[in-house]
Amino acid sequence: MRQNYRLDKIGLVNREKKLSFKFNGKKYFGYEGDTLASALIANGVHLVGRSFKYHRPRGFFGAGVDEPYAIVQLYRNGETEPNVRATEQELFEGLEAKSVNCWPSVNFDIGAINNFLNIFLPAGFYYKTFMWPRSFWYRIYEPFIRKAAGFGVASKEHDKERYEHKYEYCDLLIAGSGPSGLASAYAAAKNGARVILAEDKPRFGGSLLTSDVSINNQSGKEWADNIITELKGMTNVTVKNRAQIFGYYDHNMLVMSERVTDHLPKSEQFTPKQRLWYIRAKQVVISSGSIERPIVFGNNDTPGVVLASAAKEYMKVYGVLVGKKPIVFTNNDSAYETAIEFKKNNINPIVLDSRQDSNSEIIKEAKSLGIDIKFSHVVVAAKGYKKVKSCDIAEISEDKQNLNQIKNIECDCICVSGFWTPTIHLASQSGGKTKFKEEIDAFVPDKSKQKEVTLGSANGVFTLEETLKTSFDKGFELSKEITNNNNSQQIPKVSEKKHSKHDKFWCVPLPKGKKYKRFLDFQNDVAVSDIELAIREGYRSIEHVKRYTTLGMATDQGKTSNLNGLQLVSNIENKVVPAVGHTTFRPPYTPISIGAIVGREIGKHSKPTRKSPMHNWHEKNNAVFVDAGVWLRPRYYKRGNEGLFEASKREAENVRKNVGVCDVTTLGKIDIKGPDAAEFLNRVYTNAWLKLPVGKARYGVMLREDGIVMDDGTTTRISENHYHMTTTTAQAANVLSHLEYYLQLVWPELDVNVVSTTEQWAGAAIAGPKSRDLLQKLFPDTDVSNEGLPFMGFVEANLFGVNARIFRISFSGELAYEVNVESDNGNFMWEKIIEIGKDFDLQPYGTEALSTLRIEMGHVAGSELDGRTIPYDTGLDGLVSKKKDFIGKRSLLKKAYNEKDRQRLVGVVPLDKKTSIPEGSHLVKDPKGKLPNPKLGHISASCWSVEHNNPFSLAILKDGKNMIGSKLYAMSPLKNKTIAVEIVSSHYVDPKGERVRS
Amino acid sequence: MLYIKCPHCGLRSQNEFAYGGDASVKRPELNKEISDQEWDEFVYLRKSPRGKHLELWHHVSGCRQWIKVLRDTSTHEIFNTYKSEEKVG
Repeated sequence: MRQNYRLDKIGLVNREKKLSFKFNGKKYFGYEGDTLASALIANGVHLVGRSFKYHRPRGFFGAGVDEPYAIVQLYRNGETEPNVRATEQELFEGLEAKSVNCWPSVNFDIGAINNFLNIFLPAGFYYKTFMWPRSFWYRIYEPFIRKAAGFGVASKEHDKERYEHKYEYCDLLIAGSGPSGLASAYAAAKNGARVILAEDKPRFGGSLLTSDVSINNQSGKEWADNIITELKGMTNVTVKNRAQIFGYYDHNMLVMSERVTDHLPKSEQFTPKQRLWYIRAKQVVISSGSIERPIVFGNNDTPGVVLASAAKEYMKVYGVLVGKKPIVFTNNDSAYETAIEFKKNNINPIVLDSRQDSNSEIIKEAKSLGIDIKFSHVVVAAKGYKKVKSCDIAEISEDKQNLNQIKNIECDCICVSGFWTPTIHLASQSGGKTKFKEEIDAFVPDKSKQKEVTLGSANGVFTLEETLKTSFDKGFELSKEITNNNNSQQIPKVSEKKHSKHDKFWCVPLPKGKKYKRFLDFQNDVAVSDIELAIREGYRSIEHVKRYTTLGMATDQGKTSNLNGLQLVSNIENKVVPAVGHTTFRPPYTPISIGAIVGREIGKHSKPTRKSPMHNWHEKNNAVFVDAGVWLRPRYYKRGNEGLFEASKREAENVRKNVGVCDVTTLGKIDIKGPDAAEFLNRVYTNAWLKLPVGKARYGVMLREDGIVMDDGTTTRISENHYHMTTTTAQAANVLSHLEYYLQLVWPELDVNVVSTTEQWAGAAIAGPKSRDLLQKLFPDTDVSNEGLPFMGFVEANLFGVNARIFRISFSGELAYEVNVESDNGNFMWEKIIEIGKDFDLQPYGTEALSTLRIEMGHVAGSELDGRTIPYDTGLDGLVSKKKDFIGKRSLLKKAYNEKDRQRLVGVVPLDKKTSIPEGSHLVKDPKGKLPNPKLGHISASCWSVEHNNPFSLAILKDGKNMIGSKLYAMSPLKNKTIAVEIVSSHYVDPKGERVRS
Repeated sequence: MLYIKCPHCGLRSQNEFAYGGDASVKRPELNKEISDQEWDEFVYLRKSPRGKHLELWHHVSGCRQWIKVLRDTSTHEIFNTYKSEEKVG
C-alpha cells in the first residue's frame, strides 16, 4: 500500500529501511525512525480509537508525551501491553497494535451511542447515579464501570521481560536535551562536572529538530548533533535517550525510566526491557521544554484537529503530512512555522489568526510566500465525524465575545496553537513554588526548594538567544560550585526570527443556537459545559472541580488541558488564574510500567533466600522445604509416598522413641561481651542473670517496654565476660536492634558489646532418649554423663578434630542437646551425626515434627508470643523476677494485665479425639449463640500428638487458669468447622519435666 | 528518599536506615518509683510536631549505630545529624 501522506524529501526517518506492521489486523509499511503514529498518518489512518466516555472517534492530537488520544494495545514478542501512546512507540518490524475502548470495532463502536445520550452523562454522573441501591454496587455498577472504563487490557500472563534498577550519583542531572539542556550540559561537562543528560525521545535536540534557526552558522539540528557527539565522547558524561525523568523526590533523588528495548522487536537475552534509574544529583537542571496548548472550539476533538507544533514535527522529523488541506488556527506567531512548512512542501494552508493584525518577521515571510492569512478569524466548529471534512469559521469581534457571519470552508485538518505551556511538573514535584507569568498566561517555577534550576521554555523563556545564554551561564556556574574549575565556553551566535506578542484568547464562544461540545480534556471527555455544571453545583476549589469532572485525571494528566480548565474556572468565577491556582503535580510525569517499578524483585527474588550449610544434604535426602522468614528450612524428609502428615508423625515419634536430629542453624545468635554483660542481661531479661555460673545456660524471656513479650531463648555464659544469646529465627534482627538501642542510647555507661553471630555457627539439635548414647560416640573424649553435662549445662568439645560447643537444652521435652560448630564445618558435623546415629535409629526431623514436639510439651513459640501477650498469658510468669527491675516491668502493673480472668495458655483436645482443630479457630461457649458470638480465646497452634496419638492444640483462653476441664467449642468459619473440645493443661507430655533432666 | 548523613559513615540513602522515633524521650531510671501517668507518657505518648523534630535513626544496613537527626517533618530538610552521645543544641 502506498504511503499517501508521506513527503518525498524531508524528514529524519531512514527510507532505506522499510518496516511492516499491523494495525487492527491490517498490514502497513513505514520506515525505520517512524513512530507508530507517524507511520499510521503516512498511511492515511486517522482514526485510532474511541473516547473514554462518549466513545467519540479519536485520532492524533500531538506527536509525543502529551498525546491524549492515540492510546493503543501493543503486541510484541508474544506479550501484550495496554496504554501505549502511538506517538511515543517507535516502529519495529512486525509491530502489531489494536485500538482500545471500542467494540466491536473502531469504525463501528456500539458505545458511541453514549455520544447521543450524553445528556445522561454529565460531570459527576457516576457519583450521582451509582450510589443506590447499595447492593447494586458489586453486582451491577462496578462490573459495568470496569468494562466501560480504561484503555486496553492488562495481560494475565507472567511478564517474561526483564526489568532492572540502577542507582547513580552525579553532579548535574539534566532533564531534557533541547537547547537549554544541551547548553547547560555542555558548559558543565566542559568544566569537569559529572553530568547525566536524559532525553525522553529517541532523538536528541528537542525543539532544535524542528525550529528554523541557526547557531554558529549551523542549523539547530546540526549544532545539537555536534554537541551530543562531543558529550558522548566525554568520560564524565552519561547521555541517555528514551529516558524519561518522571519523578522528583526528597533530597534531590530523581527517578528515570529508560526504555531500553521497547523500540526493538524483542529484547536480547540478559538485556532488560526497561531500566529504572534512581539518581541522586547535587544539582538538577530542568530543561523539560513546553507543550503547545490548544484553543477550545466546537467539536475540537474531531480526528484531524492537531497541535500546530505536532503537524510541523510530523513534517520535519517524519516527512509526513497530517493533511493536505490544512487550516492553521492560532493566537500567536509560532504556528506560522507550521504554515510555512506546509507551503514549502507545496501544500496551501489557510491561517486563521485571532489577533487583529501582526507584522512580525515571520508573518511577513508567510505573506511573501503567498499564504492566505485571515486576521480576527477563528474556527467556530469542526465538521465531520470520523475525520475533519470542513470547518465553520467566522470573524470575531475585538472583545472576542461576538462572532460575525459564519462561513463553511473545506479542510482535512485543523492545526491549532493557543501558545505554550511550560512543563513545570518536575520543578513543582520538587516542592518548589510556582508563579503565574502574565506575559505567557501560564505558570512557571518560582522559588526552588531543592537544588534545582529550570531553564529555557520550561521557565517561560521562548527566545533561543536568551535560552542559550542563560543555560551556558548556569551550566558553568553550577559546575564551578562543585568542581572549582573555571573553564567557561563561548556562547554561540544565534540567528532566529523575532516573534510578536500572542493573543490572550483561548476559547471560541458558541454561536447562537448551537450546542457544540467544546472539549477541554480530550482523554477524559471533559467539556466546557461539564466545568460550568460543576461550578453551578457549588464546587469551588480547583482540586474539587478536578475530581468531580475528572479534568486532568486521565493517563496524560492533563498536559494539554489543565491551563484551559483553569482559564475557564477563573472566567466563570471572575477571578484571575493565579487566584484559582493549579492542582498539585505528582509523579509520575508519564505512565510507568509496573514491571519497571518492581524491577528484579519478583518471585524468588523478592527477598533473599538464606540456606544453612547443611542445605545440600537436606536436598539430597528428599527434604521438602518451607520458608521460615528469609530461610529455607526442611519441613520434613519424604520417604516413599509419605505426605506431610505421615512423615512428620514418623519423625516426631522417632524422637520420642529413639533419637532425631534437626538443623537449627537458623536460630538467631548474638555474642555478648564485656564486664557489664551480666548486668545488661539482668536488665534485658525478666528473670535473674547475675548469678549464672560459667558453663551454664539459662532460659530467658524479654519484654518490650509496654510489657508484651518480645522474644525468648537461652543464653549461655561461655566465660566470665562472654555470653552466647539465642533468639527465635523470626526475631533475630529485632532483638539485636533492641539490644543496640539500650546499649547505645539508654545505658551507654554499660561496658558491653553485641554482635550477630547467626551465620557464624551451624547448629544441630539432637533429641530423644538415645541422644546421650549418640553424643558419647560423637565426643568420646568428653564427659557427657548427667553429672558431667547436666541439664542446662554447656561444654566445649572436640568433634573428630573440629571445635564444637555442646549445650544441653531441649525444645522437644526430651533429653536433648544442641551442638554448634563453625559454619564451614556444619556439613561435616551433620554427616558425622547421621553416620554414627545409624546405630541408634536416628532420623533427621524437620520443622513440622519440631513444632509437634514443642506444642505437645506446651512450649510457647511465635504463634503464642504474637505481640499481644504478656508473660502471664503464655505461662511464663514464673520467670518474672519480683526483686529486680527490667525492661517493661513497670507495665506489668497495669490493671488490665492483672484482671482475675486474664487470658492464659491452655491445652485443647477434641472430644472425639480424631478431629484436628484448625489454627486460628475461636473458642466459644455456645456454637449456636447469637452473633456476634462472644469469643473466649483462640487456637494458636495445632498438632497430632504422637505421645497420645490424637489431635492436640494450644490456645490462649480467657480465664484459662480456671478453665481446665471445661468443655467448649472451637469454631472455624473459614474451614466451616465446629468441634467440641475439652480444655486441658498445656503440658500434654511429661508435665513434671523429668525427661529433660534424665 | 531522604539522604541522611550518618556521623560515622557519611551520606547514605534512607533505605539503609530504620526510623526510631522521638529522640528527646528519656527512659525513666531503673528501680525508681514512678506514677502510672509518667510511665504511660514514656511508653505511649509522643508529640507529632510539624516542623523541627529531633529523632532517632538506626543505621541498620550500615554501621548499626543509633544516631540523632534534626529534621523538619513537613519539608524533610535535615539540619544536622549527631552521634548518640552528642549533646544537641
